[in-house]
Amino acid sequence: MILSGADILINCLLEQGVDTIFGYPGGTVLDIYDALYRSGKIDHVLTAHEQGAAHAADGYARVTGKTGVCFATSGPGATNLVTGIATAFMDSIPLVAITGNVGINFLGRDSFQEIDITGITIPITKHNFIIKDVRELADTVRRAFKIAGSGRKGPVLVDILKDVQVAKCEYTPAVPQKIKPAPVPPEKLEDIAKAVNASKKPIIIAGGGVIAANAAPLLKELYTKLDCPVTYTLMGKGAIPETDPLCLGMIGMHGTIATARALTEADTVIALGTRFSDRVALNRDKFAQNKVVIHIDVDEAEIDKNVKSTLHLMADVGEALKSLLPLVDQKQRKDRRVKIEAFKKENDAKKDTSIRAYKILSEASRLAPEGSPLVTDVGQHQMWAAQHYAVNSPRLFCSSGGLGTMGYGMGAAIGAAFGTGKMPVLVTGDGCFGMNMNEMITAVSRNVPMVILLMHNGVLGMVRQWQKIFYSRRFSQTDLKRSIDYVKFAESVGARGVRLGERDDISETLKYAFERAQKESLPVLVDCEISADENVLPMIKPGQTYDMQIETLEDG
Amino acid sequence: MSEEKKYTIGALVYNKSGVLTRITGLFTRRGYNIESISACTTEDPEVSRMTIILKGDEYILYQLIKQMDKMEDVIKVGCANELDCVYRELLLVKVHAAPEMRSQIIQINEIYKAKTVDLSPETMILEITGDPEKLDAFLKVIEPYGILEMQRTGVTALARGKHTLKDRDGGEYKILDKNAD
Repeated sequence: MILSGADILINCLLEQGVDTIFGYPGGTVLDIYDALYRSGKIDHVLTAHEQGAAHAADGYARVTGKTGVCFATSGPGATNLVTGIATAFMDSIPLVAITGNVGINFLGRDSFQEIDITGITIPITKHNFIIKDVRELADTVRRAFKIAGSGRKGPVLVDILKDVQVAKCEYTPAVPQKIKPAPVPPEKLEDIAKAVNASKKPIIIAGGGVIAANAAPLLKELYTKLDCPVTYTLMGKGAIPETDPLCLGMIGMHGTIATARALTEADTVIALGTRFSDRVALNRDKFAQNKVVIHIDVDEAEIDKNVKSTLHLMADVGEALKSLLPLVDQKQRKDRRVKIEAFKKENDAKKDTSIRAYKILSEASRLAPEGSPLVTDVGQHQMWAAQHYAVNSPRLFCSSGGLGTMGYGMGAAIGAAFGTGKMPVLVTGDGCFGMNMNEMITAVSRNVPMVILLMHNGVLGMVRQWQKIFYSRRFSQTDLKRSIDYVKFAESVGARGVRLGERDDISETLKYAFERAQKESLPVLVDCEISADENVLPMIKPGQTYDMQIETLEDG
Repeated sequence: MSEEKKYTIGALVYNKSGVLTRITGLFTRRGYNIESISACTTEDPEVSRMTIILKGDEYILYQLIKQMDKMEDVIKVGCANELDCVYRELLLVKVHAAPEMRSQIIQINEIYKAKTVDLSPETMILEITGDPEKLDAFLKVIEPYGILEMQRTGVTALARGKHTLKDRDGGEYKILDKNAD
C-alpha cells in the first residue's frame, strides 16, 4: 500500500512490537506525531524534557529487555537527547532514537532548528542514519532495531527529514526476524573448560552482559556446578540473588569486603559479560596478576582491552554458558565455602550501621513490593543503594554505570514503571534530583506510582567525599546552599511528599510512602534527611588493588 | 607494551557519506596515531578501499582493527604487515627552478624516475610514484632547491599474488591472531 513516510515509520515501529514511546513533539516531527495520533496504537509518554524521554526509553529497555524508543524534534530537541543516548551507549542498552530534521531544501543552510545530529551522535551510537529518501525509510528503521538489539546492544539514531515524512511510497509489511546470537566455536570452549576444571579457587565476575543475554539462570547453573563464589559489577546487579550463599556482593571501587578477599585469594577469574572498566579493574595491570583470566564477552574489542586474558571467547554469554556447562566438572569446595562464609561475616560485621542512608535503604529494600524495580541516580546514594538494597532478580535495577549521568534517575524510573507495570523505587540525592526534577511532573501527569527516596544532605556527597580524601577537605562548590522545601515541591506538582527527619521512624514513614504511592497512583517523595559527612565505604582508590581496600576514614 | 612500529591497515568500507568522518572520529576519540589515510572507490562503486598507516604498538593495532570491525560501514579490515605487499604513493612537488637550475633537477628526475609535469619561468612541478621511502629520499635531494608546495597521496597497498582483502574469510585477523589461538 502507498503510505506517507510518517505512516511508514509508525507501521515499522508496530512491526517491531513497540508499544510505548517517550518523547516530545516539535516542528520537524509534526507529521510523525500526526501519524501517531491517527494510528492510536502506541502509547506516547510526553516528558518534560527530551533528556527525560531518552532516559525513560533507556529505563524501559533495561527492565523489559526490549529496545526503548524515543522521539524528539530537530535542533534542541535532538541535542537534548544526547546525554540520554550516551548513557545508553556506555551501558550497552538497546535504544532507537528518532529525530526529525528540516526539509532537504533547508538542509545545510543553518535553517531554524537545524542541527547535524547524526554528526553529533557518531561517537555515542552503535550506528546512525539520516534518511533523505522515503524509499529507504522502512528498511532503515528495521535495520536500526536490528543493530540496537544484536551483538553488544546499544543506541541507534534515525534522523528523518521533514519532507521524507510527507513523501509517499509503497510500504510492504515485514515481520522482524528473531535476532539469534552467533554459535560458539567449540575448540575454544574445550580449553576454557579445562582451565575452569583445573582451577582451585575460581571466582565469577558477572557483568551487564549476563543481564543483557538473559543468562541469569545459566549463571546459577554454572556457579552451583562449580561451587564457585560470584561477584557482580554495578551493571550485573540482579544477575545473582543477593541471598545466595555464593553471592559475594558487588565488585569495584566501592565493592564489598567479601569480594575483595575472595578475589585476592582466587587463582582463576571467570569474567562473564564485563569489560573490566576502571571502576572494577582499578589497576588494570595488577588486577589479575598471577591469575588465570577467562574472559567471555560478546564484543571482541573488549577482549584484552583493559585486562589481558589468558583465555577468551567472543560470544553471547548465554550461548557460551549453554555450551560450556556440559563440559565443566561438578565440584564441592567445602573449605572454600567456609572461607567465603567467613568473608561474608566479616563484611557484615564491618558494615557501618550508623549510616542513616544504609538503614533507610535496607529498610526500603525490605518493604518494597515484590517486583519493584530499583532506579538510582549517580553518586553516594547510588553506591549505598548498590551496596545495601537487595536486588534478587535481573532487570530490576536501573543505574547509569558507565557514563555516571546525574539526573538519569527520574526519567529512567518513569520508563521502568511503564516497562514493568510496577511501582519503582527511585533512590536519588539532592544534587541529582535537581538536575531532572521536572520529570516528576511527567510521572504525575501519567499517574505513575513511585517512591522517591531523596537522600537529602545539602551537598554533592560523592564529590565532597573525594575532596575530603584527595583535596584536604577543601570543599569547593559542593555545598548546595539551597533552601528548597522538597515536600512542598512534590505537593506543588501534584505528587505527595513526606519528610523523614533524623529522629523519625524509618519503617513507619516508608510504609506510609509505599501505601500512599500505590493507593493514589502517584509519586511519593520521601525527603530523607542525612548527614553531609556520611561516606561511601569500603573504597579502593584509583590505581590500587583489592588488597588495599579502605574500610574506615580517619576523620569521618 | 610491545614496541612501537608502523602498521599498514587495509579496509573495505561502504561508500556512504560520513564514512570517513566515522572512521577518523574513531581514531581521534581513541587516540590512535595515524600517519596517513588514503581512500577512494573501488571496482564496486558502493565500496571504498582505505589504506591506513598506523604508528603504534601491537595493542593499539589490535584495538584499532577490532574497533573498526565493529562499525556498520566497515566490510573488511585487516593488517597487511605480514603479507608481501606492493606499496605505492604519489607525490607532486612544486620546486623553485630558475632556468640555470632546471637541468640539475631534470637529472635528479631521471635517477628517481620522476617526471616534470609543469614548467614555468621560475618553477617546476615534479611527479613521482613509489614506495614512501623512495619519495622521502627524492624529497631530500629536491629540498635544497626550495620546495614551494607539495602534496603526497598517502600510501596505498595491495598484497601480491592471489590475496584479496574482500575474499579473506574473517579478514586478516587470522594473521593477526597468531598468538591468541
